[in-house]
Amino acid sequence: MKQIVSREPFALLAFAVVILTMPLWLTPLGANYPDLLQKFAIFAIFAMGFNILFGLTGYLSFGHAAFLGVGSYAAVWSFKLFTMNVLPAIAFGMAFSGLFALLIGYVSLRRSGIYFSILTLAFAQMCYNLAYSVLTPITNGETGLQLTLQDPRIIDRIFVEPGPGLPETNLFGIDMSGYPGFYFCAVVLIICFFITRRIFKSPFGLTLRGIKSNQGRMGYTGYSTRPYTLAAFVISGMFAGLAGSLLAVTDPLAGAERLQWTASGEVVLMTILGGVGTLIGPMLGAWIIKYFENIFSSFNKSTLSEIFSFLPENLQAFAVDISSLFVGEGWHLTLGLLFMLVVIFLPGGVMEGWRRLVKRFSGGGGGSPESAPVPQAAE
Amino acid sequence: MDAILLQFLNGLDKGGAYALIALGLTLVFGTLGVVNFAHGALFMLGAFCAVTFNKLLNLEQVVLDETQKTAWGSALEIRTPYVETLFGDFGHFLIDYSVPISILITIPVMLLIGIAMERGLIKYFYKRPHADQILVTFGLAIVIQEIVKHYFGANPIPQSAPEIVAGSANIGAWFGLSDNIVYPWWRLVYFGFSAFIIAAVFSFLQFTTYGMVVRAGMRDSETVGLLGINIQRRFTVVFGLAAVVAGLAGVMYTPILPPDYHMGMDFLVLSFVVVVVGGMGSLPGAVLAGFLLGILQSFASMNEITSIFPGIDQIIIYLVAVVILLTMPRGLLGREGVMEE
Repeated sequence: MKQIVSREPFALLAFAVVILTMPLWLTPLGANYPDLLQKFAIFAIFAMGFNILFGLTGYLSFGHAAFLGVGSYAAVWSFKLFTMNVLPAIAFGMAFSGLFALLIGYVSLRRSGIYFSILTLAFAQMCYNLAYSVLTPITNGETGLQLTLQDPRIIDRIFVEPGPGLPETNLFGIDMSGYPGFYFCAVVLIICFFITRRIFKSPFGLTLRGIKSNQGRMGYTGYSTRPYTLAAFVISGMFAGLAGSLLAVTDPLAGAERLQWTASGEVVLMTILGGVGTLIGPMLGAWIIKYFENIFSSFNKSTLSEIFSFLPENLQAFAVDISSLFVGEGWHLTLGLLFMLVVIFLPGGVMEGWRRLVKRFSGGGGGSPESAPVPQAAE
Repeated sequence: MDAILLQFLNGLDKGGAYALIALGLTLVFGTLGVVNFAHGALFMLGAFCAVTFNKLLNLEQVVLDETQKTAWGSALEIRTPYVETLFGDFGHFLIDYSVPISILITIPVMLLIGIAMERGLIKYFYKRPHADQILVTFGLAIVIQEIVKHYFGANPIPQSAPEIVAGSANIGAWFGLSDNIVYPWWRLVYFGFSAFIIAAVFSFLQFTTYGMVVRAGMRDSETVGLLGINIQRRFTVVFGLAAVVAGLAGVMYTPILPPDYHMGMDFLVLSFVVVVVGGMGSLPGAVLAGFLLGILQSFASMNEITSIFPGIDQIIIYLVAVVILLTMPRGLLGREGVMEE
């Protein structure tokens, strides 16, 4: 135990350095602009939170986008009603999503396995449908919730005269767009990483893992597992709400499409791609997906024909036709394929791939390299 | 009273679609033990079989008629579909009946797609955890969806029912009730069609030797295998059958709902709810819950009810599912021992 404590500051420091220098080391990769960097940080938080539930307890939620959406809406309402300061917005986002997670979790966690997945999916779809129809006064339906000039913004009005135009989100005077926005998200990400790390190492995290490997036996040893899973569900819901409110911080509008179940699917994919149940895997998964989304969806036919210009003309047209399926609008196709390939060949995600590589090159001559992959939890 | 009857009828066609999709899902789950998130995509593919067939029939021959001039002074273009020039009236008949006729091509196409899917992908996932099955089929569904979107575009493509059933049936008059109960013919056809398919599937399982073996395999595939029957091959065929059922549900649904690339996903989520409400692995449960939820949904969209509970029509199915799952853990007709945690 002592060793973990003494290593903790170093791990955290290393992580903080890596995150805060992202603009530097992402420049050669062509990903150094604030918009994308903010997404990196935000979706890393989302995936990390999801992993606390799915990775540790094995409960596959298909409705996490609901919490993301609730967080966004709560944050935008805080901007509209009270102040453009981001701290209350985040607090509201987390509080509301936590409350939602408590309600949904309390009901859904009575079942497990596929029933749990479907219950969470049902709740998320309910939220999505309601956001589009009846709750339009709150969510502004299809247009999405936006800031307007008529917003009351009670607290801001007390201190400053409202200037012309829409105000920017800020942290005590620092505008939260561009790089400051990224650094703010990055600091939040580092805090979240710290919390996640503590959860992973804590007896609480160990209990959750116990629930994943055999819930029945946990019950026999005298654990009432429900409070533990509920706590994990609420924590991961709050992470999602935090991510949602950060989305609103960097760009103050919220739309119902954030609640849709494809968004839930995306976070599942991030987690799987990176490595379920690992500390930094989900974050890597989020980065990879957001990075490639950014690159692939910006391609179009002309950039493609430039790439294939070394080919003879007929072949070039053919290659452009084929590859245009996968880029631009068709980016989701690539995503789906990636999803399938990862689940089929690398269920442990990037982290497992890395582990295999390390094993192969660190003189692991003893066992055959094709030995059985890390077994999943017994069902 | 009239309004209630009308809503009841309105629920039947949607309920039929839910029941057909849920039936396929349950068949796959009961035989292979696989949770297939790509089943909605099969429904969508069926609908696009009808679209493709219609497009093929409507390939047009363009003839410039120099004797007639348009308002712009150029020669008038006369467009006639090739089938009409080739077959005359029969061609016209083909185009009119394109939706029901496309059933004929949908069956082999969906059977092939289903079997290819099972052999190519699902086969490797029997022993993997349910989460993996959900994820891989979810990925597959996205892939199918995006390919369809690439070729057919993102907009819904309306299809028309044959002219003879284009209008509405005055059902009320048939039974000596009021004349206010009118109902589109095609929806009635759809309900009859889904009832027929459901009956066909059940009698296939109940009254044929093949079906008997499949049912035995659902109970205990190992023992059936030990008796020297290649149960795996039969299960593959059942998967193909489920794909056909989903595809047919999609084909016939096109005049009711113009198909677009994400219709499968919309129906899939609901159908899963239907399966769970009916009881995982129970075929009659799936059918019962499908119709029940379809009808419930249409009742919930009545003005009288939405004025009391606004928005209830959007969420009623999920709400019912939540209540059922919490009070009857096995669903309406679920058997003991199937998918217990």
